[in-house]
Amino acid sequence: MNLIIILILLFPLLGFLVLGLGFQRIQQKVTSIIGTSTVFISFLFSIIIFIHLLSLTDTGIPIRIVTTLFNWISFQGLTVSISFLIDPLSVLMLLIITGVGFLIHLYSVGYMKDDPGYNRFFAFMNLFIFFMLLLVMGDSYITMFIGWEGVGLCSYFLIGFWFKNQDFNHAAKKAFIMNRIGDLGFLLGIFLLFSTFGSLNYLVIFSQAQIIHPGMGVITAITLLLFAGAVGKSAQIPLYTWLPDAMAGPTPVSALIHAATMVTAGVYMIARSNILYALAPTTLMVVSVTGLITALFAASIAIYQNDIKKILAYSTISQLGYMFLGLGMGAFTGAMFHLTTHAFFKALLFLAAGSVIHAMGGEQDIRKMGGLHNPLRKTHWVFLIGTITIAGLPPFSGFFSKDEILSSVFSNSIPFWIIAVIGVMMTSFYMFRLYILTFTGKFRGSEQQRHHLHEAPWVMVIPLMILAILSIIGGTINLPGFLGGSNWLQAFLAPVFADSLPFMKGYSFAPDHSVEWILAAVSIISVIIMILLARSRFLKKDPALHEANDNTSFVSKLLSQKYYVDELYNHLFVNPLLWLSKWFHEQIEEKIIDKLIDGIGNLVIRAGNIVRYLQSGHVGFYVFMMVAGIIAILVFNLVI
Amino acid sequence: MQVIPISYYLFFCTALFCIGVTGVLIKRNALLILMSVELMINSINLLLAAFSTYLNDPAGQIFVFFIMVVAAAEVAIGLAIIVVIYRTTHSIDIDILNKLKW
Amino acid sequence: MFAKYIFFFLSILALYSAMMVLMSKKPIHSVLYLTLTFFAIAGHYVLLNAQFLAVVHVIVYAGAIMVLFLFTVMLLNLNKEEVSPKPVWIKIVVIITGGILMIVFIGIFKGYDIAIKTDPSLTQIGLVKNLGRVLYKDYMLPFELSSILFLTAMVGAVLLGKKEQL
Repeated sequence: MNLIIILILLFPLLGFLVLGLGFQRIQQKVTSIIGTSTVFISFLFSIIIFIHLLSLTDTGIPIRIVTTLFNWISFQGLTVSISFLIDPLSVLMLLIITGVGFLIHLYSVGYMKDDPGYNRFFAFMNLFIFFMLLLVMGDSYITMFIGWEGVGLCSYFLIGFWFKNQDFNHAAKKAFIMNRIGDLGFLLGIFLLFSTFGSLNYLVIFSQAQIIHPGMGVITAITLLLFAGAVGKSAQIPLYTWLPDAMAGPTPVSALIHAATMVTAGVYMIARSNILYALAPTTLMVVSVTGLITALFAASIAIYQNDIKKILAYSTISQLGYMFLGLGMGAFTGAMFHLTTHAFFKALLFLAAGSVIHAMGGEQDIRKMGGLHNPLRKTHWVFLIGTITIAGLPPFSGFFSKDEILSSVFSNSIPFWIIAVIGVMMTSFYMFRLYILTFTGKFRGSEQQRHHLHEAPWVMVIPLMILAILSIIGGTINLPGFLGGSNWLQAFLAPVFADSLPFMKGYSFAPDHSVEWILAAVSIISVIIMILLARSRFLKKDPALHEANDNTSFVSKLLSQKYYVDELYNHLFVNPLLWLSKWFHEQIEEKIIDKLIDGIGNLVIRAGNIVRYLQSGHVGFYVFMMVAGIIAILVFNLVI
Repeated sequence: MQVIPISYYLFFCTALFCIGVTGVLIKRNALLILMSVELMINSINLLLAAFSTYLNDPAGQIFVFFIMVVAAAEVAIGLAIIVVIYRTTHSIDIDILNKLKW
Repeated sequence: MFAKYIFFFLSILALYSAMMVLMSKKPIHSVLYLTLTFFAIAGHYVLLNAQFLAVVHVIVYAGAIMVLFLFTVMLLNLNKEEVSPKPVWIKIVVIITGGILMIVFIGIFKGYDIAIKTDPSLTQIGLVKNLGRVLYKDYMLPFELSSILFLTAMVGAVLLGKKEQL
């Protein structure tokens, strides 16, 4: 079993090494086999581990496996070993990462077929999978941080994949730098953790946290700092502006990194540290407020966007906000459930959008699309399934996960619940706007695009179908009690969250069954209302929500320009920093440092010019110098 | 019994040596320089022999013997070189031989 | 008792000859004065009862090396006076340097005394027999190597002396 755990990590790394080193020599066919099979093998191994863990469930053995690879740092006071912890939470993440990752790799075989950087793409994707696996499988905050940084790095590589375009490079830099800002908080949190608990190992910290009860201030500081890292990685307010720009990368990248895996690292981290967060109710409040605001904010921006991928990007930010809201309200299982279903349907939506873009020959503006349900039949059906899922209609999986979060929110704070429901309504509104404008009505593109329209090849359609099926049936893993289900996921993840339960006294997790029926009904009805509203608004109308000459209202302008946040950040942070660096360059570098260095060089040259006269070629002079030197040495020895 | 103190030999040889050094530095004729070098070598030979006698160690005199061997070989070669220089430049003034400079 | 007087006489003779080597106008005079110096030093060797060294010194230096010098001076007709002696200031500097060197050496050596193990006039180590015994027993290897050295010097001298074939 230990070997299998190590092999899960090993195969994507091998894939990266082989493809990365041989990226100019390996043929495309070989690359596609290597690139996809490594992830598939990791997926198979994850299933084996999963089955093994299931078999341990009723035996009373603690459901976790720890495998140590080697000792990385060991000096007095700090021992960090590269070892892996497999428990239900990490197995869940493993399955998602390798399963959805494999489907996306399969999709990329078709999507990136004509790209000259094919091998490089698969190398980086494999590397990303490796780092993400390292993140979820680590058993200490250090190992998680290695994976954390690594996925940030790979997202930089993959967002800036088409590096010849300077704007894409800016987007990649922006993503990496904003991640880094969050990572500063994460790192400070790790330092504080070490100074408080003396170790960075999960099991050590979590067991000590229950017993020792360090002061409220310390735990709040630690959890806030770790949350800062999550804010950067999972694109919450205020560090979210990188994610829409990150759509500059190829669509499979957006699907993998910015929908299913990397952005969920923050959610995973908080779920993993549930004890620490349970001990710090202040931070949980901060988490839920941030999540709620982000959810609403991003949804409002998404209503006015016109690029398929940007709408989906803001939708991702909004859904992540819901996950954090769930975490903040103590519904750890609910958040993980929503993470799982979100991975399915968001990846599905992104890949389907990629299929649409592929069919439209690169066009991404939905104002130029329409009526695509005929030429792109399969894509149309899967996209519809994805849209219904994200809107939250039963019996698709999105409904169950959202409902679980909403019921936890309701039982803890009704005003939050109201705002969350508004967000849900906005979600269904903009998603159906996207669906209607893209697939229904008349085609609004050019003639050339119309001729180019074709359905995606099978290698791209099959992952779409599998993801669609998963989106439909995914809800069954955690059917709530009031509908007669067994809450399987909750039971599965219970051992991970069990230790934090005693501290979550102020939270109630689920209201009574009758209340839950009412809540479900409320959300379903509000969603259907918004669908009808969107339908009436967009189905018959030709243009989109606003056009160039329609831009009069203040609200529409504000939202379509994304609340001018990018401009604000530019003004507040980017421009002063650029000015500062320019000032340093002109004043200090050119005037002082360059002069100093050049001065030293000139000094050496001038000294050399003077000293060379010593070499006169006259032997007598040399002998004289020798005698003088000898006299000097003798006198020196005599005197000293 | 009066014994000549060793310091007398030391000073005498030092004086001879310094005269040799002065000769090397002050003369322009290559032959005279070579002769000054011989003078220096001889002063050292004498000093070595004196110490060997006073310390009753034959190693000093053996060393003098070998120094004479080397000095003889060196004079032979040195004079041959001077002859060659005279052949090429028709003068043995060392101030002329200063081409190896900056 | 006589030894001291002999020592002083020989020393003054040697020093005077050495000075005359430097101060002679013609090179041939310098060669002759150098020969006189060598003889004075040979006398010193006899004073130290280093008989073998004295004889070898006379044979090698006064007999061979000085003859070589004489041959070179006469065959190459180098008896002309130095055409343009060095400028006066250089001479002054050099003499001062030499003087400083001597003063430094004297400063190093002053008060230096060693435990004299034997009366120098009674030592036996300078005799041919004893010296030969030591030479052939302990210092056999350098002795043989010096023959190779001579071979090298001979080859070098002959090679250098040959006229260039045009």
